[in-house]
Amino acid sequence: MKGTLVELRSSPHIKRERTVEEIMRTVVWSLVPICVFYVFQYGVSALASIVVVTGACLWSERWFVRLGGQAGDLNDWSATITGLLLALCLPPGFPLWMGVVAGWSSVALGKAIFGGIGHNIFNPALVGRAFAQAAFPTAIATYTPSFLPGRFTEFIPSSLALPLMTPADTTAWLHAKQLDALAGATPLAKWKFEGVLAPAGDLLTSLFSHLPVGPSPLLILICGGYLAVRHFLDWRVPTAVLGSAALSAWVLYLVDSHHYPDPVFVLLSGGLMLGAIYMATDMVTSPVTPRGMWIYGGLIGVLTVAIRYYGGLPEGVMYAILIGNAATPLIERVTQPETFGTAVKRGREKK
Amino acid sequence: MSLLSYFRGETFARGVHPPQHKLTADMPIRRLPFAPRLIVPLSQHVGRPAKPVVKIGQEVVRGQPLAVADGFLSVPHHAPATGVVEDIRLHPTADGPWTECIILRVYSGSTQEVLWSAPRDLDALDTDGLAHAVQDTGVVGLGGGVFPTHAKLRVPKEFPIDTLVVNGCECEPYLTSDHRVMVERPRDLLAGIAIAQRLLGGPRAIIGIEDNKMDAVAAIRALLPEGSSVSVEAVPTKYPQGAGEMLIKTLVGREVPPDARAYTTGAYVQNVATLANLGQLMPKGQGFIERVITVTGTAIERPGNYLVPMGTPLKFLLDVVGAKDEALEVIFGGPMMGEAVSCLDTPITKGVAGILVLRGRDLAERSSRKTYPCIKCGECVGACPMGLNPSTLGMLAVKRMYDTMSEHYQLGACFECGSCSFVCPANIPLVQHFRVAKAVLRGRKS
Repeated sequence: MKGTLVELRSSPHIKRERTVEEIMRTVVWSLVPICVFYVFQYGVSALASIVVVTGACLWSERWFVRLGGQAGDLNDWSATITGLLLALCLPPGFPLWMGVVAGWSSVALGKAIFGGIGHNIFNPALVGRAFAQAAFPTAIATYTPSFLPGRFTEFIPSSLALPLMTPADTTAWLHAKQLDALAGATPLAKWKFEGVLAPAGDLLTSLFSHLPVGPSPLLILICGGYLAVRHFLDWRVPTAVLGSAALSAWVLYLVDSHHYPDPVFVLLSGGLMLGAIYMATDMVTSPVTPRGMWIYGGLIGVLTVAIRYYGGLPEGVMYAILIGNAATPLIERVTQPETFGTAVKRGREKK
Repeated sequence: MSLLSYFRGETFARGVHPPQHKLTADMPIRRLPFAPRLIVPLSQHVGRPAKPVVKIGQEVVRGQPLAVADGFLSVPHHAPATGVVEDIRLHPTADGPWTECIILRVYSGSTQEVLWSAPRDLDALDTDGLAHAVQDTGVVGLGGGVFPTHAKLRVPKEFPIDTLVVNGCECEPYLTSDHRVMVERPRDLLAGIAIAQRLLGGPRAIIGIEDNKMDAVAAIRALLPEGSSVSVEAVPTKYPQGAGEMLIKTLVGREVPPDARAYTTGAYVQNVATLANLGQLMPKGQGFIERVITVTGTAIERPGNYLVPMGTPLKFLLDVVGAKDEALEVIFGGPMMGEAVSCLDTPITKGVAGILVLRGRDLAERSSRKTYPCIKCGECVGACPMGLNPSTLGMLAVKRMYDTMSEHYQLGACFECGSCSFVCPANIPLVQHFRVAKAVLRGRKS
């Protein structure tokens, strides 16, 4: 031993390897297959949308971290997750300049103003989407069919709209390409406004027809399953969200099967899978207590079905999760874990 | 615990699985030579410091009492080697910068033979006499609690003890001293258990051993006769299985309330090293002068399980086992709950079960790690064996809301096992915050 100089630290002297960066980076990697398939579905427009939206989030993050002296930086990967998730829940032909606005405001309004990483109340990606929903209601509802011929060489015209300009009409573009037969609303809107249900197998893989849908629910399940097995997300939350959504949809389906869709359609349509597995599970905005996670997830599932069935919009996942986020502090307060030994004490007092 | 119940996972809830690093598990106990000077602190235990009964310049033989107990909550200390009392003065120890110590200059020809003893006929003694005999050995809780064993064995009469839980978990990574004691000295352990059973009114005894030490389980089982009141059970390897409350939960299925002592549930915990030393020393009437200590870590050249005379200066011990140049942190105890030593002149005392020496590199990796705000991942909530919410407690600690922590979030139940800090991906020093909070609250009360 050289000299007699020793360091003093307090226990524990060892630490587990897992860091915040590793958690965030793994989530980003797990999103890669989903993004790749999304690009395969929608071509260059989707690719540009993912790159631009994520870039806007990173720009916003860097800017606010520098400006506000907040903890965290681009290398903690959290802003990348926000960007990828936001891009995946916007339509593929969403005008890129609007994507920049949505991405920038998702970090600014969803994260930076609360104090940066760890301090936000709402999921930043969903704040960005809510902002876009309010600011660009038409553009965010305009989906184009997937697997269009020529999608790798040609942009959906709305993507390239100039800033502050109204995007080009995709219906006319499809008409010009003589692809009218493929055009149509999203499966949720179709059910809501026309009462037509898309086949479940098609929704699950989004492979067999030109449905205008988001990323593949099957792929999301697989990637989310990997994260859950490696304990990068808590399995309780998605289980509770999907379980309660399925259960409430099933009860209503039993009551009136003409009026309400079957639970499988509810689970596989819209953004429920992405929301349940990647957004509701956001660590910062969901409860830390195990019982709290069940209540939080259950609340989101029920709210999703309620908003879809009885709200004005066809999709309800976004607002359901934002309401769940808002309820999180309250849920945590009433679901504190039971201290070791207190059960026995209570039992004795009863006698 | 049967194999079936093991697969059902019958153990305490939550906890963590730190890497084991039991490098010295198969290394037999070896003796450490005497240091030229031994430093015996008068206070190596909870309670009043012992009163010296030797004078400066007096010659003492190995095993002779140097200091006697001062009242009930105190224990005597014995001379670990034959030599002469050089001085009685203040010296740095692990307890603080200056503690009163007896400095013993060891004669170079000093042998390992113990030359002083006061044998008693244990079978003829009544309970009080037996408790006195326990006190005279100077044995304290060797798991690290250093509470005088005779005092702990005196349980208030209104709490009958039905189970003596013998703690052989050794759940701290790196440490193997209890393991080797169980493998090599199971007869001493059983003799010690018999003494403790007599003092506690004859409860059954269950030896709980983590299932990474099946050789210890086998060694003890081989000695147990049919129908013995002592049994051995392998318990799941999980930190902190060796915390008394957790082991009671695992073996007996009872939960100790946070503000109560374990014996109120009828279960009583004692560490294997403590009992094995009682079993060895009591029949001969000798004093506790040496103990098995695991010396290990990335910066030790010859790690092993050493029988170390009490009072050996840390510097001497490190020279014998060979500390590498990169050695930077020296820890008394294991990596999860052990305390870093500030000074290499510190003597080894009764409560030290292991000495862990880590390299600067191991520490540098940690100190270069960035600390983030809490991302509320819930890892700490899933780790806390006491069922607390370290995440919220940590945020309250940063805001110095200590009263809220104690009143609404049961801070007092935290026994500082360190599981929360161990798992935290944001690198927040949670248990360190809680120690500060508890110290501040203690300060306000007094």
